[in-house]
Amino acid sequence: MTLPHTNIDPHLIPILEQVSDPEIPVLTVLDLGVIREAVEIDHMVYVKLTPTYSGCPAMDVIGDDLKIAFAPLGKKVTVELVLSPAWSTDWISESGLQKMEAYGIARPLSESADKQVLLEGEKKVICPQCKSTNTHLVSQFGSTACKALFKCQACLEPFDYFKCLK
Amino acid sequence: MENQHLYNYILGIADNSLILGQRLGELCGHGPSLETDIAGTNISLDLIGQTRSFYQYAATISGENKTEDDIAFLRLERAYKNVLLVEQPNTHFGYVMGRQYLFDVFHLLLLNELQFSKDQTLAAIAKKGIKEVSYHKRFSGDWIKRLGDGTQESTTKMQEAIDYLWPYTDELFDMTDADIAMVQEGIGVDVSKLKESYYKEVTTLLTQATLKIPQINYFSRGGKNGVHSEHMGYLLADLQYMQRTYPNMQW
Repeated sequence: MTLPHTNIDPHLIPILEQVSDPEIPVLTVLDLGVIREAVEIDHMVYVKLTPTYSGCPAMDVIGDDLKIAFAPLGKKVTVELVLSPAWSTDWISESGLQKMEAYGIARPLSESADKQVLLEGEKKVICPQCKSTNTHLVSQFGSTACKALFKCQACLEPFDYFKCLK
Repeated sequence: MENQHLYNYILGIADNSLILGQRLGELCGHGPSLETDIAGTNISLDLIGQTRSFYQYAATISGENKTEDDIAFLRLERAYKNVLLVEQPNTHFGYVMGRQYLFDVFHLLLLNELQFSKDQTLAAIAKKGIKEVSYHKRFSGDWIKRLGDGTQESTTKMQEAIDYLWPYTDELFDMTDADIAMVQEGIGVDVSKLKESYYKEVTTLLTQATLKIPQINYFSRGGKNGVHSEHMGYLLADLQYMQRTYPNMQW
């Protein structure tokens, strides 16, 4: 897996870590890999943000949250949305994936496995509650653009699966 | 405006997504099942997201201090450049999936070419959209097969929808002045060249779905040049209501 270069000033990281994805609040914007650049020039913070999906409504909220997070430090934030290179689920950090699973969302599989579970009904997605792979797809589209809805046959709990995007 | 052709070209692509997104949005809370309801609005969200990227870009080159909202909400019917296919009403779920599939196949072929555009912004929007539209096509294609090769009732209804929508497919491959100019500059896609792959793919799937390919000679066209069907006015009345009633309102 190759991650595209990001340019983030180290001293900004503690503040960026306070900004979370409004739809998956256990993930910070850094876990999610949507911050492509964050640099400070003369008390102005310039952030380049990439959307997960074109219409993801979380992006506007994240932009506002970044402004709020930096405001107490007297820093103004300019957010620019960049589309290229397109975001991929590979950009989610390992610690992010672990937090996501603990939160009850199954982590994205590889691209080919993703196709098999979403199209051919193969049982590969692991239930985040009981770890069974006896799970099945309920709906290709879920509560947000990035997720599909699954159900575990073992513990009978429904859960979200984070779709693989490459 | 310095580059009228580029502006019109962007709108020609984006308006399809806006109007189809609006049509799908009408189903929010009215889908035949919870899963299909959520799917429809998710697809709508992707399409409107893509539209926003295109309109934001168009706004920057309009040279008239326009915003994406002005472009989306404050044009008259004749200024929308979407094809007739996407403005056709939801009628029943067979129509919704039929319209979606007939557009998705075209949409993916288009974006697959547009990602190589000399225009960096258009290429980036296309690349981002390809992933989303592939997923839309799988969903709509699966439904066509499921309904077409389903019960007698579902086959009849799916066939009815395909028969109704088929005359709107040929327009997808018409070249406007903006198309021609942008192809010459290496920015736009020659959609007339997508026609063969399109009908090949669509007829293969429809045949798999045990549906008949309509045999007709007359195709409706005009949307690309702003001449729309009777459904468009009602659609725009809904879409533009807030901006017309409360000018300059913001969220």
